Amino acid sequence: MSDTRDRIVLAHGGGGEMTRRLLAERIIPRLANDLLSPLADSAVLAPLKGSICFTTDAFVVQPLEFPGGDIGRLAVCGTVNDLAVMGAVPKVLSLALVIEEGLLLSTLDRIIDSIAATAREANVVIGTGDTKVVERRGGDGLTITTAGIGELREGARIDARRISAGDVLIVNGGIAEHGLAVMSAREGLAFDTDLCSDVAPLTGLLNAIFETGADVRFVRDATRGGVAGLLADLVDDTGLAIEIREEAVPLSPVAHHTAEVLGLDPLTVANEGKCVVVVPEREAERVLVACKAHPLGRQAAIIGRLVESDAPCVELVTGAGGRRVVQRPYGEDLPRIC
Amino acid sequence: MSDTTLQDICRQIAEASNLGRRINLMEVCGTHTVALFRSGVKSLMPANVRLVSGPGCPVCVTSQAYLDVACELAERPEVTVCTYGDMVRVPGRTGSLEQRRATGARVVVVYSARDAVKYAARHPDEQVVFLAVGFETTAPATAAAVLEAEQRKVDNFTVLPGHKLVMPAMRALLSAGDVPIDGFICPGHVSVVIGVNAYRPIVEEFGKPCTVAGFEPRQMLLAILSLVRQAAAGEARLENAYGVAVTDEGNAAARGFIDQVFKPANAVWRAMGTIPDSGLALRWGYEQFDAFARFGVTLGEDYEPEGCRCGEVIQGKVEPLECPLFGESCTPADPVGPCMVSSEGTCAAWYKYNRPRAGAGVAKR
Ligand code: SF4
Repeated sequence: MSDTRDRIVLAHGGGGEMTRRLLAERIIPRLANDLLSPLADSAVLAPLKGSICFTTDAFVVQPLEFPGGDIGRLAVCGTVNDLAVMGAVPKVLSLALVIEEGLLLSTLDRIIDSIAATAREANVVIGTGDTKVVERRGGDGLTITTAGIGELREGARIDARRISAGDVLIVNGGIAEHGLAVMSAREGLAFDTDLCSDVAPLTGLLNAIFETGADVRFVRDATRGGVAGLLADLVDDTGLAIEIREEAVPLSPVAHHTAEVLGLDPLTVANEGKCVVVVPEREAERVLVACKAHPLGRQAAIIGRLVESDAPCVELVTGAGGRRVVQRPYGEDLPRIC
Repeated sequence: MSDTTLQDICRQIAEASNLGRRINLMEVCGTHTVALFRSGVKSLMPANVRLVSGPGCPVCVTSQAYLDVACELAERPEVTVCTYGDMVRVPGRTGSLEQRRATGARVVVVYSARDAVKYAARHPDEQVVFLAVGFETTAPATAAAVLEAEQRKVDNFTVLPGHKLVMPAMRALLSAGDVPIDGFICPGHVSVVIGVNAYRPIVEEFGKPCTVAGFEPRQMLLAILSLVRQAAAGEARLENAYGVAVTDEGNAAARGFIDQVFKPANAVWRAMGTIPDSGLALRWGYEQFDAFARFGVTLGEDYEPEGCRCGEVIQGKVEPLECPLFGESCTPADPVGPCMVSSEGTCAAWYKYNRPRAGAGVAKR
């Protein structure tokens, strides 16, 4: 029974005194803000000026804490980025925690601290939330669901249908780092790397991009499915082909090596702080300069362009000068056997 | 040669291969198949240089019968099957391990054999069966895991032996003589274990050039150049384009692990049938780790999924596009055979990396 003192137990979700204390002692103080603190059943938001962007997301990751981040930071960044890439300024998030019994309270504390810190970094508040405790399952420990509201900035028109042949693709830095870091942190992966997840809120970077006044046609964060999945979607949505140059795609030596060892194509590996921006060619330089001036865009690069084609697909010109097609991965990419 | 550009090497390949006939080079290993596509090297080959995939994708060479045993074990309530991820989606006679997991069977994806031992130690009330597949690259790890289980007395751990050895398959292929091969691109990581000299019989008995290569474009292109030049000159040599990582003798310590735990045994290869001494069985003293023995299961008759030509694909007899199911009823999302499932499968690589339409032209070339 000594476990009840340092671990989550079912009683923490029972709605009684244990629940009250969990919230009042461990969660609310860490996230405190004017919207959340009254602990009413809903948060009351002031009217926003522009159109409202609204999104929702769910987060599971194993392990809960990994090099460069944790599930809390992931949840805030994932939600904020979904708003930011639409051209919105993220304002308020909701946060629902589904906790498995047995989770260490100290782990929960660190994750809530991380949520609070990341929310500050992204300039959003956690306006409302909920906590449930469930029986022990696989031992994943914690699932987080969020919703987010943002204010669409004036003039932003993020729409794949506005993309035309000749537009160029910019990515803001080294790819594949989140997926590879999580995979190598996952219990038992038989090697160590000093790879860190790139999980970060893209609000500031996208602010800088939009402030150039460039006609940004499309932005999306390259999360699950990686850059490959995103580009495959773009081909489907535009009917255009995409040509990218392998040598231009930012990839750190350690990510390159790790992907090689695992037998994975970095293009198909998840990112949590990388986005692909589509702009007309004449504006590309301007946007690139703005990216590079931001800490999250130092390695930004033009990786390719959209072209007319009667058999549209994503094609990669490889470092060796060859060509091959890039497809969205099926399901989850797994390390190869040998 | 380190300052020659990749384009230079390609030019030299084009010059050396200008023989007015086809040159067939077999990459033995699935990792090479994928790397050749992914790096674009395949697309840079002159029209008459054909890179043929060999029997080196661990999942693809595994017999259907083995998979059926794995599925049968997964269905037992006491059993947890631990496996490399690539195996879970291969369709067996009655569905895949993935489908069984969805209906309640315990199938756990691990990244190494040791992880399966760790899992077994943490779950003493489950019978943990590790699907021991792969070549000389993964066999030492399986052996080490068995030794660890013995030492730590993890007696709820067994392995289902399915390892294969590369050399006997190459010999079998050449002895059958029905696939034209001008040279072999030999897999770097396997060679790290078995050593360059292991291929000498292929060179001396069968007169086929062998070049060991890693998986970087430069190494693969240099290996192709070396093989094309030998083919042109009618020579057969044993060469190493992988460099210092591979020695003539290989890694004796890794082979020592294998020898301690396993002995050579006949093994059933998909479509190639039983090849003598091409697999590994547990040695006397380690039979208690043999899942076949512990659960009283045996391999049934092997068969091919209906309409699937994987068996011919892994022997280089046909290219994926010659299979009528390719890209039609067989795709990575809905695979019929293991060659479309495995991340190292030849069909999957053709499907993933070729242009959807241009692909048809490739086959007719
Ligand atoms: S395309 Fe599918 S059915 Fe045909 S050989 Fe390949 S895996 Fe088998």
